[in-house]
This record gives sequence, structure tokens and C-alpha cells, in this order.
Amino acid sequence: MTRHVVASVGEIPPGGRKLVSVGGRSIGVFNVGGAFYALLNRCPHQGGSLCLGERVGLVLSDEPGVYRYTRPGEMLRCPWHGWEFDIRTGQSWCDPRRTRVRTYPVSVEPGEALVKGPYQAETFPVTVEADYVVLEV
Amino acid sequence: MSEQVLERARESETRLGIVDCDIHPMLRSEKALLPYLSQRWREELTTNGLRTRNPFVASFAVPKATPALSRRDSWPPSGGPPGSDLDFMRAQYLDAYGIETGILQVLIPSGKDQRNPGFGAAVCAALNDWQVAEWTAPEPRLKASIIIPAEDEEASVAEIARCAGRKDFVSIFISARTTEPLGRRRYWPIFAEAERQGMPIGIHTGGSNGIAKTPSGWPSFYFEDHFGDALAMQPLLTSLVLEGVFETFPALKVVMIEGGFGWAPALGWRLDQHWARMRREVPHVKHPPSHYIRRQVWFATQPIEEPAERRDLRTLIDWIGWDRMVFASDYPHWDMDDPRLAFKIALGEAETRAVFRDNARAAYRLA
Amino acid sequence: MTAPEQDADDSDRAEESAARLRALRPVDCDIHPPTPVMAELLPYLDDHWREVMVSRGIDGLGLASYPPGAALSARPDWRGADGRPGGDLDLLRREALAPWNTRLAVCHCLHGAAAMFSEDMGAALARAVNDWVAAEWLDREPRLRASILVNPRSPELAVAEIERCAADPRFVAVLLLAGGETPLGRRSHWPIYAAAARLRLPIGIHAGSDFHNPITNTGWPSYLVEDYVDQAAIFQHQLLSLIGEGVFTKFPDLRIVLLESGFTWLPAFVWRATKEWRALRSEVPWVDRSPAEILREHVRVTLQPADAPPAPEDLARVMEQLGAERVLLFSTDFPHWQWDGAAVLPAGLPARLLSRIAVENPLETFPRLRHPAVPPRAPAIPIEGFAP
Repeated sequence: MTRHVVASVGEIPPGGRKLVSVGGRSIGVFNVGGAFYALLNRCPHQGGSLCLGERVGLVLSDEPGVYRYTRPGEMLRCPWHGWEFDIRTGQSWCDPRRTRVRTYPVSVEPGEALVKGPYQAETFPVTVEADYVVLEV
Repeated sequence: MSEQVLERARESETRLGIVDCDIHPMLRSEKALLPYLSQRWREELTTNGLRTRNPFVASFAVPKATPALSRRDSWPPSGGPPGSDLDFMRAQYLDAYGIETGILQVLIPSGKDQRNPGFGAAVCAALNDWQVAEWTAPEPRLKASIIIPAEDEEASVAEIARCAGRKDFVSIFISARTTEPLGRRRYWPIFAEAERQGMPIGIHTGGSNGIAKTPSGWPSFYFEDHFGDALAMQPLLTSLVLEGVFETFPALKVVMIEGGFGWAPALGWRLDQHWARMRREVPHVKHPPSHYIRRQVWFATQPIEEPAERRDLRTLIDWIGWDRMVFASDYPHWDMDDPRLAFKIALGEAETRAVFRDNARAAYRLA
Repeated sequence: MTAPEQDADDSDRAEESAARLRALRPVDCDIHPPTPVMAELLPYLDDHWREVMVSRGIDGLGLASYPPGAALSARPDWRGADGRPGGDLDLLRREALAPWNTRLAVCHCLHGAAAMFSEDMGAALARAVNDWVAAEWLDREPRLRASILVNPRSPELAVAEIERCAADPRFVAVLLLAGGETPLGRRSHWPIYAAAARLRLPIGIHAGSDFHNPITNTGWPSYLVEDYVDQAAIFQHQLLSLIGEGVFTKFPDLRIVLLESGFTWLPAFVWRATKEWRALRSEVPWVDRSPAEILREHVRVTLQPADAPPAPEDLARVMEQLGAERVLLFSTDFPHWQWDGAAVLPAGLPARLLSRIAVENPLETFPRLRHPAVPPRAPAIPIEGFAP
């Protein structure tokens, strides 16, 4: 596992996302209410670019005709076949046990700590004043 | 494990040029049709517009799952709807996947479903000229399907005859929702002409005919509507067989497009069983129905079947026949199949060649 | 075309499986008493409706899905002396019950009461048919049970009829036609399901149509055989509606029995329905389990017509795909002509499933079959007044 600095915290506001390329993999980094999550940008179904999908809520129902809209923005809908994935866990809603997209650990680190290494900040400068999103791949 | 299977499929297909039987080009806007219409029909388009049996001016009766029923990453950066930009289609699909031949199926607008029959025929002709001018002429990998006003058999035959001589066209397009079951005699001049020209008829799901989407009235949800389009293929094929279309036109080839294929074996068994007991009613059907299906019908692979046990995908194709499956992607629609990843089973080299290339080459008489 | 040895083998095999069936004392989930003509129903109509029927000359209300003379409607040896499909009770006993040592058989009376446009006339006829079935068949043969015929155009009157008949424990299901006016999942039908679930009556959906819509979504086919083959698609649309509208979420105890539907189409249907659900479930969020799971729990299907593949090993594969161990119910479909001789069990039906299919599944599916069926009061008699 290598830790990669992929964005400054300010770059990905709540509800936002950034697509990064790390070690030859395309990975989506998402901010859900201040917490960061990272998912492989490849749907386990047919390989669609999952992380380009819409961020939607999870609609549930206890009874036909009743729509209970929950967790706005916390689900990712594949841009191809519409399969819904939980951004927090990578699990498919319809088949959470067997169908999940690969997730990666993400942390937020102060720039002060990062300048000492051993982190790879491949594409942009790190300053001590800001906080950064660090991805372990 | 499944990853390995997929990787293997990917390798063999990059070596192989793929024939894709279902690619949807789209007008940049309705106005893009104007240059191909006469003054009279230009005026119709810009005043009354396209009028079918749907309740809304510019929406499907049952709204689709995605804008323009397309995958969300297929909107061209140049603007315009998915499928409207040849360069983007080349980059995103034809080049990226090594498509040797892509067969176009124009779904929208539907000339066949126009309520003004003269206008419908004009729309079909305009779409055919548009396909040549903007797609098949600039991109030789693409081939067109002749769009016909199928409810008007005379006009259909004339349009087939007008287009069939051009090498740009390799098939005839009919959307499944006709106003009568497709096997009925009023449509036979179309089959006769298709047989004469040696062109397969590609029957593509969809269309609108004003008849309830289910034989028990209108459903509520796209969940039903979308699957319902595929279910429509079963009575349609039944009609072709039991009306005697295949008996009368033994050289006619039919390609069933976007209906899937999981239903086909069971339909064949059911047809055979009941034909055997009730055949006195249909003496013109001389062989068991499955004989005709095996002889004259091809099935496009999309939407790929996803059985609970993956091996049943192989079972299904064993039952249908590996020489009768032709690959289709349905690009750029949302329910498309990726040629590299749609099959969740490992195909042998010969199976891959047959399904992804050779069967379609033979059915469509491609070089 | 078939070699004589082949015939002999088939016939031996049929005899063997018939012997196994006899030993099990099967439950036959789909048989058909003849469709009553109006003269037979008159005693079961009230004065008003009796006068209406006579005065207007109303008769011939058998369903056009089953023309009485058609090959489909009766096996050649299963017609009465007058040609009537199914003949009379003696024929039914001799040909449908005795050969299999049948324990119980569920009668589904295919009468046009279900297709009547007038809600009131439809309800009056359904009531008469149900009372005729009780008096002429159930009272005379203790092995028979029946479904409750209703006209679904009026859910209120249908519920009233279900409640009225359900007092008699020999009525074990509700009968609806596959082809109807609106998809069966639609909320307007829900009072029927609420009553059925409450009274532990599964909903039997039988092949056939009320012809309020064309048989296909491209209009009317030309041939009867085509109508019949197309029933499979009608059932598929209906299942999709029942799932999509959330009927099984709303009525978790409801069971659906597909009668005379064929079943080899069902596995592929389930796969596709599940695929659609994965893509589109947020449109119908009350569908909170996969259609495969829903169907396994709530839907049962009868054996005949088997629509079987020619190779027995292929049918065995279909049985696996179907989960036949739980979902398949024995039926002869007497007197409809689906099979010959003693070959009620298609080749390839695994022997180990037989007791599930012939006994256990039916008894689980129709809970009322498990109880001694003593009519609660005097058997149905011609009624005096009409209480809506």
C-alpha cells in the first residue's frame, strides 16, 4: 500500500467528487457530508465508469405508493445500467453481499505532516497551511 | 475468477473485429431532418410536428430511466444528444472496441408510427437519405437499415426498392409495435420484397401503436414498460410462424433485436407442443414451429441474459444454436452491453468468432 | 415419425410414473367441470336475473378462449356423449380422479361471468356459477374442491362474492383470468387480494382472456392456437405488474397460482425481471427484494401444459432453474388436451420431486385443502332474493 496525496480538502466540497488516476487505476474520491470515500471507477457489472454516475438519494418504501427519500447524495448510480452503490461502503443496494465496487482507505492529513513524507503528491504542491486528502492504494 | 474470464474475453475480442447489429444514431435535432424533406413535409414537421399515438408532445408515454434513454457518459462534448456526433461515436465506441461493422437502427423519430401516413413515409425516406449522407458515406464501418413505413405495405416496398441497391444498406428495420400482429397478410409484401432483395428484416423492440402495452391494459411503471417491450417479441415471433410467413418465404431472414433471447427456447417448445395438437387450424404451417425459428431467425444478444447461475447463459445459447446469435450493443442507450464484459461466461475461440462476427457477417451478407 | 419401440418405451415410462403418482394420492390443482349453459344456471339466479336471462335470450357465455369443439378444449376421449368437454361427473371420476388415485382436485369453472361488462350482471352470474359448482359438483363428489369465480370489474362485488363463498371451506381459491381489462397489480384490484389473503385463499390466475384488450400488444392474432401460445406472454405481463405494483409487499401472505400457464418460460422471465429490478428498482422502491425471491415465495405454477423440451435432460435442467421442488403443482388440466394416454408427467420430471409436486406443494399452497371440508350449512340452493 502506498499513500497518495490526491487533493486538497477544499477541492472536494461536501457533495463533490474528484476523479484521480493512481497507479494506473481510475478512482473516484467523494465528499459525503465532510467525510471522504474512494471507489474504483469501474462498475463490477459491466465495467461502466461508475464514478461518473449521478449522486442520488436512497429511496425506500414501506408500502406501495409511499416514497421515503433518505440519504441524499450518498448513493452512486452507474451511468450505464443504473445500479445503485453506497458511496460509504461500495456495496450494491440490490445485492450488497456479492456485488460491491472496490473501495480504498481515505484520510485527511495536515500539510505540515505531509511535507515530511513518505507520501506521493504526484500532481500538485503541498503546503503546510492546508489539509489534504490522502488515498491508500 | 470472473475477472479472469472477462480478461480472456477481452483479449480474444481485441484481435477480432466485431460486428455490432444495433447502434442507434440520433438526429442532432428534429431540424436536422429538414434538408431531406420536401417543402410540404418540412411544413408539416415545423407546424403539426411528429404525431404518434402517444399522449405527450415530446416524451415517451412512459418516461424512460435516463435522459434520451441513453447512458450518461454518451453525451457528445460538441452538444446534441447521444448518438448524434459521428466523431464522438468513433472515439467512444467504434475505435475503442474495434468495431468492424456497426449496423445502424434509427429508432427516433419513428416514421412508421406517424399518424399522417404520407408524412410517415416521407420521414422514413428522409431518415434513409440522412443515414447515407451523414453516417455510412463518411464512415464505411457503419451500415444502415432501411427505415420503412411498415403500416403502408406499398410505400414500404417502394422504399425498400429505392434503397436496396445502395451498398450502404444491409437490412430492413421494423419496430415491434405494429398495429396488427406482424405475421398478418397485410405485411407480406414487405416480406416478399425483403426475400427478393436477400435482406434480413431486423425487428427491433419498441414503437407505438396505440394498443395497450400489455394484453391486460396499460402498466404503470417503466419497470414494466421496458421489460414489456421485450415480452412483445414472443407473440410477434409466434405470429410470424403461425401465419406461415416462414413457410411462404423460406429464404426470409429475421433478426430479433433488443428483445433478449432467454425466452426463445421455451417459446419454441410451447409452439411445438400446441402446434402438434392444433395444427389442423394452421395447415400452412407444415413443420414444427421450432424448425422455422431455427432455420430463419437470428437473435441479437442484447440485453444479455443474466441467469442466476452463469452456466445457464451457455445452456440458453446451446438451446438456440451458436450459429444464430449475433452481437448487439445498443450503443448509446442506457441498457447497452459492453462487448468485452457482457458475457459472464468464458466463450471458446470459435464461439467468440461466431457470436461477435461471423454469424452477423453471414446473416447480413457483409464482405 | 416416432419409432414403435419409442412408443412402447414412452408408454412403459408413463405407466411407471402413473403408478408412483397413484401411490402418493396426488392433489390435482387444475381440472375443469364443463361450462354450464344458461338452463343449468337458471335455478341459481334470483327472480330478476332469471327473467333477464330468459327474456333477453342470454346464453353462450362460455369463454371464447376455449371454443367447446376445439382440440384444445377436450381430449378426444374426454368428451361426453353429446361432445361436451369433460362430459359429466361420471366421466370426470373415471378419467380425472380414478387413474391417479386422486386425493383432491380443484375445479376451475371457466365461465364468461368473469368477462361481463356489466358489473351487476357479472356478479349475478358469478354467484350462480359458484352455487352451481357447489351443488352439482362439490356436493356430489367429496374429492372435489373449487375456486371462486369473480368478475374483477367491480372489486366491491367481487369481494362480496369471495366472502360469501368462503364460508364454505370447499372453496379454496379465487379465480381470475390472465387476460383482463387492467393489469392485475393495479391498486384497483387490491380489495380482492386483501379478502383473499384474509381468508387464506390463493389467487388462481387461469389462461384465457376476457377479450377487453387484444391478446397481444400488437393486436388480435388470427388463430386459436396463436391465442393459446400467447397466453404465456400474458402471464408474464401480469406477473411483472403484480411485482412492480408491490402487491406482495402489501399482502405478504398472498399466494398466486398460475393455472394452465406453462412454466418453461418462467426461469428466463425471473432472470430478466431481476435484471430489470437491479436497474430500475428505485422507481418501485417497495419492491425491496429481488423478483426471483418474491416469485419463489409467492408464486406457484401448475404442471400442465408442460410445454416441455423434447430431451428429458433439458426438462430436468428447466426444473432446476425453476426451483420446481417448491413452485410446481401437479395438474392434469382435465379435460383440456395437453397430453395423451397416461403421460401426465412429462419425461425428465425428476422422480424425487414427485411427492413435493403432487402432494406437499399443493397442500401448502391451498391451506384450505388441509382441513376437513364440511359445508357450514345446507349445500347451496337456489336463492330467493338478491342482496347486493
